[in-house]
Amino acid sequence: MKKLLNRYFGKAWLAVTFLFLYLPLFFMVVFSFNNTRQDAVFTGFSLRWYAALMRDTKIVDGFWLSVQVATAAGVASAVLATFAAFVLVRYRRFAGRTLFSGMVNAPLVMPEVVIGLSLLLLMVGVQNALGWPQRGMLTIVLGHMLLGMAYGTVVVQSRLLEMDRAIEEAAMDLGAKPFQVFFLITLPNILQAVLAAYLLAFTLSFDDVVIAEFLSGPGVNTLPQVIFGYARRGINPTIYAAATLLIASVTLVVITYSVWVARQTRKREREIAAATRAELLALQAQ
Amino acid sequence: MAKLKLTLPGRRFVIGVPSVWLVVFFMLPFLILLYISFVDMGNDISPFKPIWDSETGLLKLKYENYYSIFQSSDGGGLFQTIYIEAYVRSIWYALCTAVLCLVMGYPFSYFIARSAPSLRPALLMMVMLPFWTSFLLRVYAWKGILADQGVLNQTLLALGLITEPIQMLYTDVSMLVGMTYVYLPFMVLPLYANLVKMDIRLLEAAYDLGASPFKAFWLVTVPLSKAGIIAGFMLVFIPCVGEFVIPSLLGGPENIMIGRVVWDEMFTSNNWPRASALAVVMIGLIVVPLAVYYHFTGDPAEARH
Repeated sequence: MKKLLNRYFGKAWLAVTFLFLYLPLFFMVVFSFNNTRQDAVFTGFSLRWYAALMRDTKIVDGFWLSVQVATAAGVASAVLATFAAFVLVRYRRFAGRTLFSGMVNAPLVMPEVVIGLSLLLLMVGVQNALGWPQRGMLTIVLGHMLLGMAYGTVVVQSRLLEMDRAIEEAAMDLGAKPFQVFFLITLPNILQAVLAAYLLAFTLSFDDVVIAEFLSGPGVNTLPQVIFGYARRGINPTIYAAATLLIASVTLVVITYSVWVARQTRKREREIAAATRAELLALQAQ
Repeated sequence: MAKLKLTLPGRRFVIGVPSVWLVVFFMLPFLILLYISFVDMGNDISPFKPIWDSETGLLKLKYENYYSIFQSSDGGGLFQTIYIEAYVRSIWYALCTAVLCLVMGYPFSYFIARSAPSLRPALLMMVMLPFWTSFLLRVYAWKGILADQGVLNQTLLALGLITEPIQMLYTDVSMLVGMTYVYLPFMVLPLYANLVKMDIRLLEAAYDLGASPFKAFWLVTVPLSKAGIIAGFMLVFIPCVGEFVIPSLLGGPENIMIGRVVWDEMFTSNNWPRASALAVVMIGLIVVPLAVYYHFTGDPAEARH
């Protein structure tokens, strides 16, 4: 009896919490197809908000800017994160290691407002001294890289830690140079994590409003900034349409990525199994 | 056997690239922030004055930026300033959010960890999926749901549970719903990671020794998941203190948090030194709980993923 209660209670709790997590998404998808501006009663199906979305130059321009910023910040963060993770995992002892690891991890806990403000002060200082860079796309990318690198490092670091170093040593024994070992052995092994770091940095950048608000210049607005501006003014179903498109694409990317990971894992397992079998056969043949 | 050892220039390059980047874009900005928090406010063209006196050439630190946080100039008592109120409010909301996330997230993580192993990856994926879609948009959706004429009020009215709309938007209710909603995954992930590793035999032993399910849960499961609870609590509390977007969208004028105050000092009052001083104090607020956290567990970064 108690077990039964426990089981139903568990299922009910899971259901209610998932409902809580998905309610806003569901709400936005439904009301993006509403044919009136109000979002309490569904009055009829229409695509008018999608049409309005396509016509809204601020949103469309913001979207393209965000894509560029997030791509640049994502790539740069993934590269820097790989460097930082490599240093943290492979170089156990060097002067300033504690400071280094502190600086890598600090943006994870630093309030975004503080990151935004301090970077703004730096940019203003540099601009006053050198007349460059103007606040705009470049400064936003730099701000997002700080965040993306911190998160990316955690991902790449954990993959590097579990990687088998014997294969690198084997490559060294066979005469590979260090950079050859890195590009031919290490990088392919951690590629999945580097890609995950890129996706994470891309998402963080694509979603960030605080750092962008601090670092963007006049007339330069990322998609989250445009949405934030609209959102503070009131209900606008155009935003629900944008949200629905975003939810659809994120779902697609996440599913594609997990299928890819599952396939990679299976492929590797098959290769290991095949290699083991071949080894056994060779042993039997002797 | 050969050890993978880079030659000295190679090693310097690998350490140097991320180090230089971090020094320039993390340490230097922080030092500038610290510097500006100790100087005088300037005029419209240059918003702050240099730290040395232009006539005597002497260093003069301006502590007033910090004093004014704690004591207002117009005769109010110590700690009776809008800044202290905003700090206290931020900590209060962060604490409430962390507690709500724990209350909601603990059973949630527990039941995921106890579900069929084949089901777990899918359930976890379902937790992560909203997390990957825009945080801003999900917060915005709550604005529509909780509004006076919104879905929730309309539903309650239609069901006859209330006779007139309740104001939920721009109150503590909307603030806490929004923050709990956004930060719930931060609580669930470390808790799940902890609970799924637990040795079920310990629970069986407790049952064998006559413990009731509740007692076994309280005396065995909860203490064993202490590290997960602390990790989740910190991962919710720390970013909540500095939250900027949620109070801007879901909070009213009475719900202003410190992140917003820093913003207003910077861009509305144009008082760069005070904004910097407020930010430095804010870092202090984060460092203290973090030190406690370090004391209990290891690396915060490891718990995060």
